[in-house]
Amino acid sequence: MKLQTIIWKELWLRKSQLISALLGITLGIAVIVGVQSVSAVSEKAVKVSLDNLGANILVLPQAASVDDYYSADIDAPTFPEDYVERLATSMLPGVDNLSPKLTRRIKVGDVPIILTGILPANELASKPIWQTAGLVGAGLNAACDPGNTANQSFGLKDERLQRKAVDSLATMDALVGSNVAQRLGLKEGQSVNLEGRGFVVARVIPETGTIDDSRVYAHLHTVQQLLGVGNQVSAIEIMGCCSAISDGLLGKLRNILPDTRITTINQIVSTQIKTNQLMSKISMVFLVIIILVGAITIGNYMWANVEERRREIGILITIGTRRSVIYRMFLTKAIILGLVGGITGYILGTGSAMILGPQLAGLKISPVPIYLLLSVLVAVAIALLGSILPVRRASRFDPAVIMQEV
Amino acid sequence: MFAIKNLSKIYASQHGTVHALDNISLTIERGSFVTITGGSGSGKTTLLLALGGLNRPSTGTITYDDKNLYSMPESALAEYRNKKVGFVLQTFNLVPYLTAIENIMLPMIFNSDHNGTAQSSAEELLEKVGLKHRTEHLPRELSVGQQQRVAIARALANNPDVILADEPTGNLDPNLSLEILKILKDLHDSEGKTVIMVTHSPEAAKFGTRQLRLKDGRIEIG
Repeated sequence: MKLQTIIWKELWLRKSQLISALLGITLGIAVIVGVQSVSAVSEKAVKVSLDNLGANILVLPQAASVDDYYSADIDAPTFPEDYVERLATSMLPGVDNLSPKLTRRIKVGDVPIILTGILPANELASKPIWQTAGLVGAGLNAACDPGNTANQSFGLKDERLQRKAVDSLATMDALVGSNVAQRLGLKEGQSVNLEGRGFVVARVIPETGTIDDSRVYAHLHTVQQLLGVGNQVSAIEIMGCCSAISDGLLGKLRNILPDTRITTINQIVSTQIKTNQLMSKISMVFLVIIILVGAITIGNYMWANVEERRREIGILITIGTRRSVIYRMFLTKAIILGLVGGITGYILGTGSAMILGPQLAGLKISPVPIYLLLSVLVAVAIALLGSILPVRRASRFDPAVIMQEV
Repeated sequence: MFAIKNLSKIYASQHGTVHALDNISLTIERGSFVTITGGSGSGKTTLLLALGGLNRPSTGTITYDDKNLYSMPESALAEYRNKKVGFVLQTFNLVPYLTAIENIMLPMIFNSDHNGTAQSSAEELLEKVGLKHRTEHLPRELSVGQQQRVAIARALANNPDVILADEPTGNLDPNLSLEILKILKDLHDSEGKTVIMVTHSPEAAKFGTRQLRLKDGRIEIG
């Protein structure tokens, strides 16, 4: 017979108490694992939605203001298109979807329009250096996961157009804003004359209610030629990972492009950061509450267990059991409770998330193996935390007092 | 074997301080059978627990084979209880969820001398107290007398020099009492164990080779 035999036999002695204590810890862990499994996926889904709000960092020429970016004056300053490559090759973490733009106000007949030159996604992809930098093919990846090439859409609709990332654009194609199309009476497939050259209307962009309705998009290099500005652009839009922005991404970008103005589009960034912070705060609150409830449940059980076993502890001390061994007996029991509670909690939590996730949140949930390790660690920590006081009490019992309690 | 010098034990209670033991001095020779009698609250159990290393005195010393018990570290005192003495108590002697043989093996877990021999030693002890056929029974499946015999077998687990018995017949009828007292007497007579037994029964006290009587924490007779 070994010490383990005693621990094991005692464990099964009071089954209902054991089961209720285990249930407490199992349900606690199940809730944490369930919430975490769902929020891990939904956070990504939320990040994808946030990305769809558009770029959150603007690189502008030193002399330009954000107003210039929107108003697009004819003489607004520019900088070389090569800057895009400099950013791409810098391999800065948290930088995604670089989008160079050249914007000018022009007139088509009497109608004032804003002509914006953009690079289609397939041309970004054709630059080998960008491919190695992992900056392409990230259609629906969250900006916070630039390394993720799985391109999961998490069940959301492909909203690439809203993100203004156009898959392909021929050199003489034009994408026409709804307001422009209406005023010039343009339909898809018709041609339109811009600054003396004929373009084909590849697409009329549905009404957005923004300045974009008065815009005509064309290929960046064609627009550069048309306006005679060489290889210049008026802005680079960047999808920056919001957490990287909080970690000082802007400063790093400024180091790479010292002669530019780098600014965030505050509303978008603050929404992204706030949403992320809110989600992690909610998870933390959950975690703290469950750790407390779990520890109290285990503590309550262990306290009752120690009280019920006063005589037995007295006998053990009488026959020469060291107090450290008594300590070990109860702590081993707590660790067993934690191990079992952690494993069953993980299984229950993951199972519930996988079953309920698609029904409640419309998200496909997969098991996260690392949570098994974390569940066991947290559950064992909870069980030990709850057991400290009862076990200290047990090891300090005075056998002389217990023996005379008959 | 035991030398007790100026031993006092003072408890604080609701009614003021209680002198459970009041300046006791005596020696107990190896191989003696000492019975301690006295009224309720005379300090007899307090003295027994003090001899067993379970009750630190307020003042005075207890030496066992010239070693001062209560100046030893806690771990050495635990080893003393494990190897040198065996306790037999009035009730609740056994761990309820362990079988008879497991209860006997309990003190052997912490004694490396029993590596591999614990099972057979425990079986021999059960045979000695006449319970070989009750090896795998739980305490609740045994009669009170049988439980007390298992307790005696457990007290002998590590072959101690001293048996400390606190009212071992307190819960038993006269026939069973006699049975237990005979086992203790036999341990003294044929194995040379030192037996120190607290009892309130004058008949049981007669089994002792030396009879002590306590009153109000002092030695009245002995």
